[in-house]
Amino acid sequence: MPNFLKNKKTRRDFVTYGLVVLAFVAVSLMQANHMIPRMIVGQLVPICAYIVMAISLNLVVGVAGDLSLGHAGFMSVGAYTGIVAATSLAEAVPNDAVRLVIALLAGAASAALAGFLVGIPVLRLSGDYLAIVTLAFGEIIKEIVTCLIVGVDERGLHVLFNLTGKLTVDDLGLAEGGAAIIKGAQGASGTETISTFFAGFLLVMVALVIVLNLVRSRAGRAILAVRDNRIAAESVGISTTKYRMIAFVVSAALAGAAGALFGNGFSQLSATKFDFNTSILILVFVVLGGLGNMRGSIVAATVLTILPEALRQFSDYRMLVYAIVLILVMICSNNPTIKGFVARVLPRRRSNEEEVSADA
Amino acid sequence: MSCLTGKSFNPVVNRRSVIAGVAGLGAASILAGCSDGGSGGGSSASSAGAFKVGTIGPLTGPAASYGNSVAHGVELACKDFATDALPLASKAEDDVADGEKSVNAFNSLADWGMQVLVGPTTTGASIAVAEVANSDPKVFMITPSASSPDVTADKTCVFQACFNDPNQGANAAVKLAEMFPNEKYVVFYNSGDPYSAGIRDAFVAKAAELKLEVVDEESFKDDSQTSFTNQLTKAKDAGATMIFAPIYYTPASVLLTNAKEMGYDVKMMGCDGMDGILGVEGFDTSLAEGLYLMTPFSADEDKNADFVGAYKDAYGETPDQFAADAYDAVHAVVMAMEEAGLAADADPADIADQLPAAMTAITVEGLTGTLTWNDKGEVEKDPMVYVIQGGKYVAA
Amino acid sequence: MTVFLQYLVNGLSMGSVYAIIALGYTMVYGIAKMLNFAHGDVIMIGAYISFCVTSYLGLPAIVSVVAAVAVCTALGILIEGFAYKPLRQAGPLAVLITAIGVSYFLQNAAQLIWGATPKNFTSIVSFPVPDFLRAYNVSAVSLVTVVACLVIMAGLMWFTGKTKMGKAMRAVSEDKAAAQLMGINVNRTISMTFAIGSALAAIAGVLLCSYSPVLQPTTGSMPGIKAFTAAVFGGIGSIPGAFVGGILLGIIEAMAQAYISTSLANSIVFAVLIVVLLVKPAGLFGRYVPEKV
Repeated sequence: MPNFLKNKKTRRDFVTYGLVVLAFVAVSLMQANHMIPRMIVGQLVPICAYIVMAISLNLVVGVAGDLSLGHAGFMSVGAYTGIVAATSLAEAVPNDAVRLVIALLAGAASAALAGFLVGIPVLRLSGDYLAIVTLAFGEIIKEIVTCLIVGVDERGLHVLFNLTGKLTVDDLGLAEGGAAIIKGAQGASGTETISTFFAGFLLVMVALVIVLNLVRSRAGRAILAVRDNRIAAESVGISTTKYRMIAFVVSAALAGAAGALFGNGFSQLSATKFDFNTSILILVFVVLGGLGNMRGSIVAATVLTILPEALRQFSDYRMLVYAIVLILVMICSNNPTIKGFVARVLPRRRSNEEEVSADA
Repeated sequence: MSCLTGKSFNPVVNRRSVIAGVAGLGAASILAGCSDGGSGGGSSASSAGAFKVGTIGPLTGPAASYGNSVAHGVELACKDFATDALPLASKAEDDVADGEKSVNAFNSLADWGMQVLVGPTTTGASIAVAEVANSDPKVFMITPSASSPDVTADKTCVFQACFNDPNQGANAAVKLAEMFPNEKYVVFYNSGDPYSAGIRDAFVAKAAELKLEVVDEESFKDDSQTSFTNQLTKAKDAGATMIFAPIYYTPASVLLTNAKEMGYDVKMMGCDGMDGILGVEGFDTSLAEGLYLMTPFSADEDKNADFVGAYKDAYGETPDQFAADAYDAVHAVVMAMEEAGLAADADPADIADQLPAAMTAITVEGLTGTLTWNDKGEVEKDPMVYVIQGGKYVAA
Repeated sequence: MTVFLQYLVNGLSMGSVYAIIALGYTMVYGIAKMLNFAHGDVIMIGAYISFCVTSYLGLPAIVSVVAAVAVCTALGILIEGFAYKPLRQAGPLAVLITAIGVSYFLQNAAQLIWGATPKNFTSIVSFPVPDFLRAYNVSAVSLVTVVACLVIMAGLMWFTGKTKMGKAMRAVSEDKAAAQLMGINVNRTISMTFAIGSALAAIAGVLLCSYSPVLQPTTGSMPGIKAFTAAVFGGIGSIPGAFVGGILLGIIEAMAQAYISTSLANSIVFAVLIVVLLVKPAGLFGRYVPEKV
């Protein structure tokens, strides 16, 4: 065993990477042999985007201990920046893969900036009030995006802010051959779908590497310390705002990249897609997967994205069944009586439960 | 005193609970995936050799009434137009009016073996699905109600059975200039809805051309449609005497109620989305008295009586234009299949290849008028203006 | 000036609806210490019950309100018993997610029972408003809502302050374990809280739909979120705070729509909320509890 793998946590991390690669290879092989229904194939890119969203939100909620209810806002910022970047560079960069990478980076950068700006007021608060303020920012971002009108022509990008609601694409004054990219509340339409499953897989890997390394680093230990006891952490000289901000901005950047992947995977996207319900959906992934548990987030995001589609045969009862499953799972996994029963039936290594601070 | 985080915040939702939880979900989804009985959302008459018509719309969520109308229209049409040569089976899938879910629904229907798609219902979802339907392997798609020109733009096998928005907005302006040239107008629209905003854009442009006096514009969004008194107060203050409201009937009923409560006596005209307002259960139809609407379909016309009767028997509601457009869309598909000489077991890709040419050749005498299609996939039919009198639609 | 007063009245009317929903939110939060995201959906159920009783059974409005209150109270106790009670020891996030599950469940159950097509709710209050008030957009529903708000607020303050059950509730809110040691039945107290919260939701539902007539399975969710914001605004857990928060929220929203932008009205409301929370981290009337070492 190589030296660096002697560390138990590092080993866990590498197992996680391995599992993700394995899952990707298996799905790709099955897809090549037409063994997966089209319904699932069509979902591969969104699933990757949701996995990255779950990992990034887990960094804030699970690792840093700040409940954020507006994570979809950052996804939205990233999605629209990514769409604008990819569409406006369509001629300059003909290669789809390169263009997608640029779009992902642009999405991440803009969302990081948004995360920083939002973080300044938000991180002064804590607890429920922090949760409400992130919810508020999510809604504000959504409304601001609905006011944007963006178009591109040979003279460059044109951006309008439609405060009164009376401006239209015509007011951009696009030259002949120009195209509108974002039409205000109607969202982006006609986007070229350049996101691929492979790109999604790479993004998941990058997100995992970034988050796991951050958690294992000095900064990560500081973040954990701040979560577990803010006052104690401050008393030993850890700047709580700084480390919470690091987690918040990194998380926002990853959410932005996920948004760019998502946005470039559909030819139409409206700002209302990234509303409070989407933020909650991501939070459900994180809580169900386990706070601080990245592997759990990946599994939960995948299963919960496929579940409503797999339940289609229940037709009218589909979302009702989904709701019941959600409630039952939360009760079964959290009720001490049921958990105690499960523990008796399936006795496992008890020692593992102790160090759950931030698992792979 | 924090309930969600703070001191009592205990992040040890540990691995065991995760495994228990995820295993539970996994088991549920596997169960769901395996017991594939094909008895999905509202499928009908799934006899073996039938021609499979899929439809997509919001069957749940805030826009569910529109999607259900389309699903019912398609189902009824598949009963009525089935022949021995072309037996029809339909299946409706839910998309909650969301592009991502709509693409999922499309793929799910493709797995079912769908040969033609009559849908999706809403515009945003249709643009997302049209892109997928138009890329290999292609599937012929005709949307009964998604009215943006972006739906059909640059796509060979995507058609529309309703007016597109610019058309409708411009037509509305022309009609209003004929009927009420001297009113002061306020345009009232849903800025978050491509349908509403699209009509508004075209209407405002054409109104300026025709010198209609637009004194005010008011907008709202899906999440703020509980009350329009502020907007109405503004419009009243600006001296508007007629509202042009290209909005769906649900917010329209709020608008009418609010206007009455404020004692604001104002005329109003809506577009096809407002058809159905009389069918809203509990709605005081006297509020809608004198309401003008430009819609291709009227449930009170004699020629539509058979359809309306059959629809009421089957679903207990009066059909609106969503249902009528969906019915006509299936009608058109059946005619075009005959025109192209395709059999019930034709390959979806062949259908997508040959049906577009046949569509431009046919003329459908439908519920929503006489329909023909151009090669861009846009429908051509005459707009009709109706006015509500005595709780009935009367041609104006 | 007239127009300004009209906007103000519009804001007050909307605000009083928010306030009455916020009272229910804050009641449950203050005592059970949980964000009941399903509150908005209980409101919707209450409105449907009232609609059915008046439209299908043809009974008078007041009977429909009583029926709605009865059904919602039972529903509240059931939801608490089945979904929340098993999670009494679990982390707060688990309860939050369960509440969201309950919210999905109620919406979809309502759609299966009553269908997706919206129903038009006929206002349960209709008495003529004097013309000089009507000129300022004052409607009968708004008058009734404001009065109902004040009565409920006073009632709740009396109940939590003076009655034995109310005192038990405050004790549970302060410290569950200590309350249990004092012989208070914590489970029963929390069930009681949900019963009261849900009864308030039923009244709020009827008034919400009298104000805004469209009734469909998603009717409760957006007003629910707004009212929740209002409760935080006033200091969540504080009964007068919920009232003031709701009214202020309605007025800010109306003014933003009137004088700034209809597209950004929600953003402006939320921006004001953020500023308030930065200045007063526990809301207007909230009790700020400093962390102890």
